[in-house]
Amino acid sequence: MAIEVTMPKLSDTMEEGKILKWLVKEGDEVSSGDVIAEIETDKADMEMEAFEDGVLVKIVKGEGESAAVGEVIGYIGEAGEAVKAPPAAEKPAKKKEEKAEEEEKPAAEPEPEKEAAGPEKVEEPVPPKKEAPPAKEVKTIPLATGAAVKASPVARRLADAAGVDIGAIKGSGPEGRVVKRDIEAHLGGKPPELEPARPLAVAEPPAKALAGKRVPMSSMRKTIAKRLTESVNTIPHYYVTVSVDMGAVMEARALIEKQEGIKLSVNDFIIKACAKAMVEHPQVNARLEGDDIVYLDTVDIGVAVALEEGLITPVVRDCLSKSLLQISAEVEELARLGRARKLQPEEYTGAGFSISNLGMFGVEQFTAIISPPEAAILAVGRVEEIPVVVDGAVAVGKRMKMTMSNDHRIVDGAVSAQFLATVREILEHPLRMLV
Amino acid sequence: MAEIQYREALNQAMAEEMERDETVFIIGEEVGAYHGAYKVTQGLLERFGEWRVRDTPIAEEVIAGVAIGAAMVGLRPIAEMMTINFAILALDQIINNAAKMLYMSGGQYNIPMVMRGPGGAAHQLSAQHSQSLETQYAHIPGLKVIMPATPYDAKGLLKSAIRDNNPVICIESEVLYPAKGEVPEEEYLIPIGKADVKRQGGDCTIITWSKMLGVAWGAAERLSKEEDIECEIVDLRTIRPLDEETIFKSIAKTNRAVIVEEGWRFAGVGAEVVDRIQLNIFDELDAPVERVTTEDVPMPYAKNLEHAAIPGPDKVIKAVKKACYL
Repeated sequence: MAIEVTMPKLSDTMEEGKILKWLVKEGDEVSSGDVIAEIETDKADMEMEAFEDGVLVKIVKGEGESAAVGEVIGYIGEAGEAVKAPPAAEKPAKKKEEKAEEEEKPAAEPEPEKEAAGPEKVEEPVPPKKEAPPAKEVKTIPLATGAAVKASPVARRLADAAGVDIGAIKGSGPEGRVVKRDIEAHLGGKPPELEPARPLAVAEPPAKALAGKRVPMSSMRKTIAKRLTESVNTIPHYYVTVSVDMGAVMEARALIEKQEGIKLSVNDFIIKACAKAMVEHPQVNARLEGDDIVYLDTVDIGVAVALEEGLITPVVRDCLSKSLLQISAEVEELARLGRARKLQPEEYTGAGFSISNLGMFGVEQFTAIISPPEAAILAVGRVEEIPVVVDGAVAVGKRMKMTMSNDHRIVDGAVSAQFLATVREILEHPLRMLV
Repeated sequence: MAEIQYREALNQAMAEEMERDETVFIIGEEVGAYHGAYKVTQGLLERFGEWRVRDTPIAEEVIAGVAIGAAMVGLRPIAEMMTINFAILALDQIINNAAKMLYMSGGQYNIPMVMRGPGGAAHQLSAQHSQSLETQYAHIPGLKVIMPATPYDAKGLLKSAIRDNNPVICIESEVLYPAKGEVPEEEYLIPIGKADVKRQGGDCTIITWSKMLGVAWGAAERLSKEEDIECEIVDLRTIRPLDEETIFKSIAKTNRAVIVEEGWRFAGVGAEVVDRIQLNIFDELDAPVERVTTEDVPMPYAKNLEHAAIPGPDKVIKAVKKACYL
């Protein structure tokens, strides 16, 4: 069965080619890879290869004739093979022909040829070009047999996006395949940004991902729920708020950074100030055990750390004997461990007092729930610039609100107020942290 | 966080689920008194008693059949197969009953069972005991197939599998059982059907699962040090359903892919992955997708031949370089 030789697509934009010269004639043997014709394209005169081994049994388009890309221009088959007329226009004739051929089979060879020749002659006047438009649409798919440019899909897209003719680029991949690095090299730098070839699933915003879902509580969540419910139900909470002038602390902080190259957080100062204040107000560093009030002998302060799934309060032990730097480093390390879920139980239990800071979220003031068996908890807001009155005139001041939640069974209002006054004193005169 | 062995992670998963839900039980050979052929069910008989941890005769088809029957009447069995090779005997039960019961009963019978056991080569276990047969299970509609590579993934995935109301096949590996990894104290689940990017990189995507993650990792480290090629490693974790999006997202970044699998090449899971890639993100590829698989032979007994048959870092490095045209 003879194989069609079709007009190859010799460039990306080629739609039609003219046969300038046939380099073989009907009856000649050809091998795959041989150049068999010269074709004029929209760009240049190009050579056309045979893709099959065999004999060029029929030339359909002669020299000087044009054909659309994909159109049959000849046939390669076995010597003496009968070739049926080009397919598209001749289907009914073909069937007749086939039948006739089959009947003729036992007869000598020349007869089927004659038979083939007959209807062919009759049909020839029907211009195959009539069928060309639909054939053209089907056959513009680049053929895999060497006529079209070998390039990787991504290289093609890059070439398209950059307006580069991929046919003009030398490919460094196997068998001359043009690959991504060839385009990148041709453009001498960064290739154009490509739109993703296929819209990929966009990460759902968390709210959407949760909407309508029922999620069982994690064990951390359950623990928080249990402890804090118990706290609110058993501890008589009341709240005391003070506003602190943080000007001095901010100045000290900036100076320490400049001078020592150490970056402290505002919270580190608050921890230290609370620790010192507890020396003067031991009732705050106490716990209720049955009917006894136990006054703790070290100042261990828990610092609340927000986690994706909840929160945890790692403890900085013995804050009194630690410098601001030590406190700062410890808080950072504990927070890191907390977020990585690596805290050991002894690292987050046993505090005598806790501090929770929501200032980084812009919160001015809030009330926290005491973490049993502690006596109190300090809720810290942000440092903000507000108009204040200094010596009878309006000035800009840096103020921060702290709200202390207290267990009225062991911490009375006056005690809380005095404690906060001391904390404020220390924060407004930070040098007191040095003595 | 604690560092525990893969086998311990599985043990914890099963114990926690058995505590949580009294319909969960374990059935298999040596799971009880012997504490498991690979000590995965260590201590569970003592803890839960013989109604919840059932030793059986050597009868894989029966183990699977009993599990399916139990699932049909409302229990949640975990059927341990000593290896995936022995589970071949149970294929009729799994393929014809477990996978199809929900459909054939018109939705009346869920089969919330887990079939779990080790697959793949270990050390000179030879032809009949070294097979990676996940593709056989992944082929069947109605089954889910998970293959965790780390203790963290093993615990989270097995818990999800036990809670799933469908038959889930969990294929582990003898070589992975002693491997250690960090596992949180708190409870967590990993959803079935979600892959995990275990290593980030921009030059080539390596898609792999189970024991081969270690091979891919070794190759990636060497490629990074010696050739300045950074590989991204996508650990599938679940074979079926396949997490296409994670694969596609990675290849959109790197434009090339190499699949490293312990099964044989013909109709292996990697073939399915290649099909999804070429069908959906053809235009993102700069090179054909390479596959590194076990050689197309029954696993040899001789140590050197076994080593030559299964994928190793050298073969992976070669494939990555080929995909990079280097």
